[in-house]
Amino acid sequence: MANIDLEALRYQVSRLERGSSPIAVARFGTGSQAIDAALGGGLLRAALHEIFADGMASEPAAAAFAIALALRASQGRPIVWVRQDFVGLEMGEIYAPGLAELGLSPERLMLVRARDGPSVLRAGEEAARCPPLGAVLIEPWGNPKTLDLVATRRLALAAARSNVPLFMVRAGGAPTPSAAASRWRIRSALSRPFETEAPGHPCFVADLLRDRAGVAGQGWIVEWNRDRLSFSDIASDRAATDSAPLPGRMVPDPAGGPHHAPDRASPHLASEGRRAG
Amino acid sequence: MRQIAQAPTWQAKDGAQDKPPLVIVEKQKGAMRLVTLSRVARRAGLMPGISLADARARIPDLWVEEIDHAADAALLDAIAEDCDRVTPIVMVDAPDGLLLDITGSEHLFSDEAKLRTGLSQRLRRAGMHVRTVIASAPDAARALARHGNVAIVPPGEEAAFVRSLPIAALNLPEKDRLAISRAGLKTMGALASRPTQLFSARFGEEMTLRLARLQGIAPSPLTPRRAAPMLWVERRFVEPIGRVEHVEAALSELAHEACTRLTELREGGRAFEATFHRADGAVRRILIETGRPIRDPAVVLRLFREKLDSLSDPIDPGFGFDMMRLALLQTEPLASIQSGLDGRALEADAIADLADRLATRFGPERVVRFIPENTHDPARAARAVPATFNPPATFNPMTSTVWPTPEEGEPPLRPLHMLNPPQPVSVGMAEIPDGPPRRFTWRRRQHDIVHAEGPERIAPEWWRAPGETGRDYYRIEDSEGRRFWLFRAGAYGGASPPAWYLHGVFA
Repeated sequence: MANIDLEALRYQVSRLERGSSPIAVARFGTGSQAIDAALGGGLLRAALHEIFADGMASEPAAAAFAIALALRASQGRPIVWVRQDFVGLEMGEIYAPGLAELGLSPERLMLVRARDGPSVLRAGEEAARCPPLGAVLIEPWGNPKTLDLVATRRLALAAARSNVPLFMVRAGGAPTPSAAASRWRIRSALSRPFETEAPGHPCFVADLLRDRAGVAGQGWIVEWNRDRLSFSDIASDRAATDSAPLPGRMVPDPAGGPHHAPDRASPHLASEGRRAG
Repeated sequence: MRQIAQAPTWQAKDGAQDKPPLVIVEKQKGAMRLVTLSRVARRAGLMPGISLADARARIPDLWVEEIDHAADAALLDAIAEDCDRVTPIVMVDAPDGLLLDITGSEHLFSDEAKLRTGLSQRLRRAGMHVRTVIASAPDAARALARHGNVAIVPPGEEAAFVRSLPIAALNLPEKDRLAISRAGLKTMGALASRPTQLFSARFGEEMTLRLARLQGIAPSPLTPRRAAPMLWVERRFVEPIGRVEHVEAALSELAHEACTRLTELREGGRAFEATFHRADGAVRRILIETGRPIRDPAVVLRLFREKLDSLSDPIDPGFGFDMMRLALLQTEPLASIQSGLDGRALEADAIADLADRLATRFGPERVVRFIPENTHDPARAARAVPATFNPPATFNPMTSTVWPTPEEGEPPLRPLHMLNPPQPVSVGMAEIPDGPPRRFTWRRRQHDIVHAEGPERIAPEWWRAPGETGRDYYRIEDSEGRRFWLFRAGAYGGASPPAWYLHGVFA
């Protein structure tokens, strides 16, 4: 009994503290050593992050990357996903068993189907003000007129106040000035196939276009592991598990370490190299 | 139980002085007959039931209109809506009557007589001829309004008051009525003083039941136009209010009052309806629903504000509202609020509140969560239900379906997005009859397949699609790393060549 009350009190205190100091500096790691090291420990929790799809066809990859980040940040709490109807028409509706395959149990998800861009922003802000949530994903289509610096600042502020991370998936849109803490560009990368030539775990090419802390213009190839709910670097992983070498898929890695040097980090080159084999 | 019955008695209204008498006609058994007359026509000696030719023979100069049942019904409905300001329990007694349950409403008008005159005057001002009777039995009130000449029947004395009514008040089929009057029985009193077995043997149980209902002995079934609320609170304004802040203040008072009542009852509301009565008779209703019982006035008000904010046609106060009502259409037991130290319960409440707010603003069908379905058909494996939906009490987590747990080490076997319906793709030649294609074209783009797994044969349940052989699904990856879920319908060597479809997209 005393135990429960103490927990509850801690919760109350943390809530009060959250309210008084809007600048929370807690970060959550991605699990990928390279990304976490470059970002100084991970992404800002109480902030807005923009995740652009590299071309419309990369929307599933961008959405999955956002789900993965939300899973890292939410620690088992419920997640709200606000999605504009048109994205579903264009790219397909969310398929709940597929969410489970990425590690997000569908029971944890509440989906808001918004008719247009302004509704997406409105619902997203409303959700981001709800502190018990683990994360909020919002997915407008293209470049909504109302999505300007002021609108993103409102979203970022809501996230900062409630300590709920906000991920904005942008498909079919171009970067505009925004108050996001980080901006990513995502597309799928070739997976590491199994012996039977079956497609493997989902891999992403993640380019960090902008970051508040200043590191930007870097790219990584990461693989999402559902069982560990963690990203891992493809290059470092490959060095570790040498047991199943994949002919022609290795990128020559002169540094030998897990960190990609910025000059040769171009994921395009990496996948080109693979395809050549 | 006190009921009030009104018969607005459709009466044709005379036009200006120089207009001829107005009669309303309807085609009955091949002849045009008069059904409703104006006062002038009645005074000229016409009566309902005679044929139009007869009437013309007596008074050549007649203004004739054909009856319009739809318009009559619409008018009666509009009057019923207006009577809603007296009580929320209003029944339409087609074709020309209304029945109001005024139990517990009379004190708002100080007594029954004042309520009756107030209501009659209001309708007379609108140009209606009404007869209004208050009685404790609905059928007695109904019959007295049509055939009697009393205004208020003291409780329990219905039997005495209906004695003088004619047999027609029973509303029997014409031949039964004729048979009874031929037997020399002209009034209810004559029927009531005889043993009922005589009548039930000759005219059936229905007739004696009607007689009992008329005397207030047997209960009458009532079907209100709208579901009767569990409880309601209302405000009447001497001076109609129109300013937004006044309306909000009144709504806030109502919400507090309703929530106090709910607390006393240990109940919480699931559906709240606010009714705004405009001084000119127009009525606007706003409904909010919640996913769990609530009785916090602040939450109720916030939901109403969301709803009012999102209306495509805002509420127009016109000349102001002279009455507002907050009715609870659905309530559920709700224990007293917990001490508030349990953080987890608070969090669940906060998320339920968020779902309610979003559902109120965007519509419940737009705020969903997923529940699993026990089926192999991938297109039906998940169902989206409103997030505010509560599983019924019979819900048993042991027998109901749960989400399948993915096997450790396996890559995702089901796509993140599903295309519904599946989109046809064109393929080159497949390598082997049971293999995946080498490349396919989707949305004018060619994808070269580098990795593939399959086939995974999924057949629909036989009772859904008899004769369908099933589909062969393949997980494939193209040269750019995009992952797709393709399937082939039909087999090689069949009547028609197999067709390929894209059913989903992986991350």
